[in-house]
Order: sequence, then structure tokens, then C-alpha cells
Amino acid sequence: MFATTPDQELLERTTARFLEDRYPVSRLRELADRTSTFDPAVWREGAALGWTSLLVAEGAGGGSVSGNGVADLQVVASLFGLHAAPGPLLGTNVVAAALARWGTPEQQAGPLAALLAGEAAGAWGHATTVGAPGGRRRVVTATPAADGAVVLSGSVATVEGAAEATHLLVTADAPGGPSQHLVPLDAAGVSLTALRGVDLTRRYARVDLHDVALPAGSRVGAPGEADEHDEQLVDLLAAVLTAEMVGAVQRAFTTTLEWTVDRYSFGRPLGSYQAIKHRLADARTQLEASEAVAARAAEALGAGAPDGRAWASAAMAHVAARAPEIVQECVQLHGGIGVTYELDLHLYLRRVVVDSQLYGSATDFARRLGRLVADDEGRAA
Amino acid sequence: MSDEQESVEEFAARARTWLAANMPPADPTAGYFSFHEDPADSQAHADRRIAVCRDLQARLFDGGFAGICVPRQYGGQALTPAHQAAFNRELRGYDHPLEIQVSTFIPCMAVLLELGTEDQKLRHIPKMLRGEEVWAQFLSEPSGGSDAAGALTTAVRDGDQWVLNGSKIWTTGGWYSDWAMCLARTNWDVEKHRGLTVFSFPVSAEGVDVQHIQLLNGSREFCQEFLTDVVVDDRDRIGEVDEGWTVMGRWLYHERTVAGGSPYVTTAGAKSAALPNDGPAIAALARRGGNLDDPAVLEAVGEARALSMVSEAMVGSVSRKMASGALPQHAAAMLRLFSGTATTRRTTLALDVAGHEAVVWEPGDEQLASVGLGYLVRQAAQIGGGTVEMARNVISERLLGMPREQRNDGGPFRDVPRGPAAG
Ligand SMILES: Cc1cc2nc3c(=O)[nH]c(=O)nc-3n(C[C@H](O)[C@H](O)[C@H](O)COP(=O)(O)OP(=O)(O)OC[C@H]3O[C@@H](n4cnc5c(N)ncnc54)[C@H](O)[C@@H]3O)c2cc1C
Repeated sequence: MFATTPDQELLERTTARFLEDRYPVSRLRELADRTSTFDPAVWREGAALGWTSLLVAEGAGGGSVSGNGVADLQVVASLFGLHAAPGPLLGTNVVAAALARWGTPEQQAGPLAALLAGEAAGAWGHATTVGAPGGRRRVVTATPAADGAVVLSGSVATVEGAAEATHLLVTADAPGGPSQHLVPLDAAGVSLTALRGVDLTRRYARVDLHDVALPAGSRVGAPGEADEHDEQLVDLLAAVLTAEMVGAVQRAFTTTLEWTVDRYSFGRPLGSYQAIKHRLADARTQLEASEAVAARAAEALGAGAPDGRAWASAAMAHVAARAPEIVQECVQLHGGIGVTYELDLHLYLRRVVVDSQLYGSATDFARRLGRLVADDEGRAA
Repeated sequence: MSDEQESVEEFAARARTWLAANMPPADPTAGYFSFHEDPADSQAHADRRIAVCRDLQARLFDGGFAGICVPRQYGGQALTPAHQAAFNRELRGYDHPLEIQVSTFIPCMAVLLELGTEDQKLRHIPKMLRGEEVWAQFLSEPSGGSDAAGALTTAVRDGDQWVLNGSKIWTTGGWYSDWAMCLARTNWDVEKHRGLTVFSFPVSAEGVDVQHIQLLNGSREFCQEFLTDVVVDDRDRIGEVDEGWTVMGRWLYHERTVAGGSPYVTTAGAKSAALPNDGPAIAALARRGGNLDDPAVLEAVGEARALSMVSEAMVGSVSRKMASGALPQHAAAMLRLFSGTATTRRTTLALDVAGHEAVVWEPGDEQLASVGLGYLVRQAAQIGGGTVEMARNVISERLLGMPREQRNDGGPFRDVPRGPAAG
């Protein structure tokens, strides 16, 4: 889907083959009943295929395959969507990107290197309120202690993969302004509460921080920089999520198209009725549009273009609105079987519903873009 | 200049300098001419605007920036689509002959380039590029536009000439055009698609009666033409006799590139800043109304802007995929469908944000009038250039390979049912 260069095509082929082998639908259905869906061996192999290094500069131990790591990561993310695959793809890559951009040499030599090697997984405490009026609602506070150490307290909702991750990246309010911190999840005072949710294979937890004492070296970036850094991570998030949604929609669409050819009603294929054809034409067009805007966002972000944030926001505003609707349309065109557990379609519906809500909705990202437009317009006026 | 082709960067730099010295800035308050506030003023306004377009086109020609992808012998620059794209980027912020791009350059010039005779290309293309010949599409008929192959307008051969009779309708700019490309039936005794031929003739030819049609926003840009014994030289026939449907394939293809991606269109993409329904214009409306900080308004602004950006991204990626063969040419129908539905949605968003002020306004308030009147003709975006329903047919049948619709138009065209309205 997102591969445009020969190197990306190679990444696509190897990742597709690997995911097909490790996560056939039968395996996903088994995992649905498990408390943990994380497989360290699979993750290490994925890291060897390049899944964890794409947003990290070569100097920091990473590397892209095409020169644009955001676009490369979309190749992988879309396949995670296509296969409804588990794995801490988002958290690990976001945390790795943060450490590579703003981390200390010690953070890069330690936690980042482990993330890149697939030896550890990252979790992102994304408690951000995208596009909210009056800025963010902070849920964690950092209180300075002696020698630059800090004590964190607060509660971080809905952290993906927290149970298996080694480190949590979280932004805390601090006297010097909001700052990001890297919290070892085995630190004293950290407790996890498993949550339940609609995705069958992704696990989420609430992470409570009770007076968690961290050394000076835990801060990522300078004090007060976290607002802008969080925005940059949200931009990356948008690129990854939109690609994953496109992959999931692609699967739902393809199976539905096949179904309308094979299923007969009143003596002719469903797909011979214009009412059905037109709906699939709409779905196909929205899928193409979604892929196009997602890819455009990665292009802009990867190149560090000034309009990268606008593209990322436009992509989420559009794809998060359309993707669940297309998959629901696919459900509708299946009739009764469409709302059963037996049909695989729900695997992809679950994925797009989570992706389109958990980190900010289409409306939130539309508002984010609206603000950018309004600011520009204000300057021009 | 040497024989070697100028690089895109050098070309863009030259264009930048030339534009600054030769083209007037775009007037963002000018409003799109079919949405003019006072209907009585609309016609005079449109007349003036077309004169300006012709002049701007002539300037482009004199500056060596017309027909960037057209061969030199026809007055073009023989450069590449990348050069045209670069020029279009540089054009942002300048006034340019936007209103005469469609019909004249796509599809008419594009069709002539592909299927015209050498004589036709030499006679017409340089004039088109100089702004001296504006072309119209005489395609839709009162009996139907979607089913273009059902044309009833008839051409009968008379030696080296043809005599045309019939009627064409919904012609954009029929009244200001110099030449027309016209589909006509040359054989009623064969199947529908096999008896058609494409002709061209001056709109001022004897027997062509052009009548304005008033649209519901007051615009009188559209025309109906009555053709009575119009004599056309055989050398003005485009393509072979009874092979008109082959020509139509390319005609409709180029028409669909209106949504973007054509190498023959000179446009800054979005003169949309001047259109009442793009994100920035909606933000300006809201600022005026004092509700730009309302989260729901910001959402509307963001949604409208996102739709424009998605269209832009999609034009780029689908064009690239069609060029590389990753998608067939029929994929252009997705661009048509998306731009049609996205445009109507943006029009609704603009109306929602402007609210009551866009339905009753102070005389002369073009900004609000364009929103209200634009909303009235909203569906034109899903009709003109082929309807979105036809695009959905193309996507489902040609792109997705779904079963074709059952049809009832086989056998000699003479015997195909035409319904009571068609006579
Ligand atoms: C802005 C604008 C500019 C235009 N410019 C030109 C021009 O320059 N030259 C020109 O020749 N024409 C022009 N047209 C006309 C335009 O091409 C036709 O209006 C259009 O093709 C539809 O044809 P029709 O109006 O006859 O509607 P019909 O073909 O009668 O269609 C009526 C309705 O039925 C639907 N329909 C028809 N057939 C099918 C089918 N098989 N399956 C499903 N639905 C179907 C249509 O989508 C439409 O909704 C323009 C129209 C507009 C609005």
C-alpha cells in the first residue's frame, strides 16, 4: 500500500510474510482470550526486520530504508492494520523517536538501544488532549527533589502495552514548565491496572504513579519543552495511525468486494445491483483518498516541511472519520453474518475504532487543523 | 537557450521572475464569476472577466509560458508535466486565466493533440494558446447528458461538407466561445456507439442559435444551442466517420482530469482562496461573524481545509499511479467523485458557519452572497463534467470489475427507446 521505493517494497514483502506467518486469524482468535498478547521473540524478529529503528536517525543507532522513516513506518503500520496484528509498534516507535530527538547520551545508549534491538518495548502515556481549547489537561505532576531528581505523581489512562514495556514516556507538569520523563515501569510506586477494550489483541493499562522518585537523568528534553515535543509526537502518531487504519480498511474492503461477487440474491450477484456497486465505489474512493492523505502527511513530516502539522492533522481528521464508516458499510453489505463473531470483519472494525478514538478523534484533529488555518488567516488578514 | 531542456528548477526561477513582472496579483475578493451577487450585474461582470482571461492567456503566450506540455510546432513549450506543475506552483497569488482552462485546453485542445489532423492542430492550437480561440463542448443534449452516446443531433454528409441539425445544452460559456467541439449522429441504422462522429465549427457559424440559460443563483453562464442546417467542412471533422465514440473516450478522459492532474491546465490549483467554501474563506467568514473561537466553527474550518488537502493529495497520488500503470486510467473517476462530494460538503460547511447572514444580506455584500448563492447551485459540483453517479458506475464496473448494468440500447439506434421527453 504505502511502499513506493524498491527498499520499501522489500520491507513490505518481508513484514507481510512475517505477519502472515505469525499472526494468521486463527492465532489472533487464540490471543483474544489471553491476558498478554506480547511475544518477545516475535518482537525481536520484527526489530530485525526494521520495525523499531525507522524514526531514529542513523547517528542515534537507527535508520530509515528510504530516507523518510515516517513513510517507511507507514509501510509497516499499514500491514499491522491489514493483519490486525498485535505488538507495541506505536509506543515503541514514539518513545524511540522522542529519545532519539531529545534524549541524553545515557538514554540513547541504554533504553533507546534496547528499544532498537527489540529487547525492550516502549509505552507512551499520551495523556494529551488534541486540539482542546485552552491547551492540555495534565494528569501527572513532577515535584523537584534534591540533586535534580524529581518525584512524579498522577494517573495515566489507557497506556497501550504498559504491562510488557520497560519504559513509559510521560509528560508532567513541573515548576519550570511541562517536561517529558522516561519512567522505568519497574520503579517503586508504579502500579498498573489492566483495562478492557474493543481491540482483541491489544492490551491497555492505567498506570498510576505514587511518588515515583526518578534521578535527574530521567527528563527527556529541556524543562518546559514538552508542549511542543508532544505536538511533534502527535504528528508522528497521526502518520502511524492513519496508515494502520488504511491497512485495516483495505482488508475489510477487499473481502467485502469478493463477498458481493460470490453472494447471490434474487438470482444474481449482490454486486450486480447498482445500489451496492455505488456504495463500493464510494468506499473504494474514500480508501484511495485516505491512503493519499496519509502518505502525504508522512512525506511532509519526514521532510520536516513547515506544513507537516497541517498535513498530519488533515490526515487524521479525514481518515479517522472515514475509516470506521467504510468498515461499518462493509458490515452492512454482509447482512446478518456481518455482525457475528464468526466473520473476521470485526477484527478490522475493532482496530479502526480504537485508532480513530483513543488518541484524539477526527473532530479533535479537525479542530487542530482549524486552529492552524485560523491562525494563518489571522496573520494574512 | 541551448537544445538541452531547461531544468525544472531553472524554469521555475525564470517563471517566478516573469510572473512578478508581467502578471497582476490575484484579487481574493473578486469572487468567482458564476456566483455574482447581483444577477443583473453578472453578465457584464462575466463579459469583463472573459476579456481579462483572454488578455492574461495572451500574456502567458508572449512570455513563453502557454502550452508548457504542447509541442513547439503548435506554439507550445515542449516541456514536461513537472514543468507545468512547477509553473502552477509559482502561479500562486497571481491572477490567471482560470475560467478558460476547462473546455478550451481540457478536453478540446487535449483531444486535438491526440486525434486531430496536422492541419487542425496548426490552425487551432496556437490560437488557443494565445487566448484567441476559446472552445466550448457541445456534448450534452436536452434528451440526456450522462448517456452521451445517445446523441440525437444529426450530421448528414453533403459532398465535402456536413449539415448538422439538433440541439446541445448546458454548454459552459457557449456565448463567449469561438469554436465548439460537437458530438453528432452520422448513422441511425447501426448500434448506438457505432454511428457517432465528432465535428468542430465556429460558434458564430450560420444556423447556430445560442440562448442563455438562467441558473438558480442568477448566473447566465450556461447556454443551449439550436443547430439548424449548420454547414461544417469535412476538414473540421475530428476522427473518423462513425468513430466518434473512440474520440469520446479521450474527450471524457480529459474532461475527468478537471479534478486535477492534467498537464494542459494552467492553474494555481486553488483559486479556492477566492471560492467561498475553502477553509481560509470559512475562517474569514467566522472572524467577521465573531465566532471563530467557537470549537464547532474551528471543526468546520478544519474539515473544509482537510477536504481540500485530501483532494490535493489524492490528485497527486492517483495521477502518479496512473502514470506508472499501478492504476488504470479509469481511476480518474475516483478524483471526479471525491472532488464532487468534497466540494458540496465544503459548500454546506460554509453555509453552516455563515448561518442566517448568508440567506439574507446587505446589498453588495459579495462575501455573504457567494455563500448563499453558492449553496443554491451546490449540486453543480456533482453534475458538471459528468455526474458522480456516472463516476460511481465507472469505478465499480471498470476499476472494481463488478458486473455491468443491464442495458436496453442494443440494435440499430433508430429502435432504441428514448422516452416521451426526448420525442
Ligand atoms: C457546471 C456544469 C457545467 C457543464 N458544462 C457542460 C458543457 O460545457 N458541455 C456540455 O455538453 N455539458 C455540460 N454540462 C452538462 C453535464 O455534462 C450534464 O448535466 C451531465 O452529464 C448530466 O446529464 P443530464 O443533465 O442530462 O442528466 P441525466 O443524464 O438525465 O441524469 C439525471 C440524473 O440521473 C442520473 N443517472 C443517469 N444515468 C444514470 C445511470 N446509468 N446510473 C445511475 N444514475 C444515472 C444522473 O447521475 C443524474 O443524477 C455541464 C453541467 C454543469 C452542472
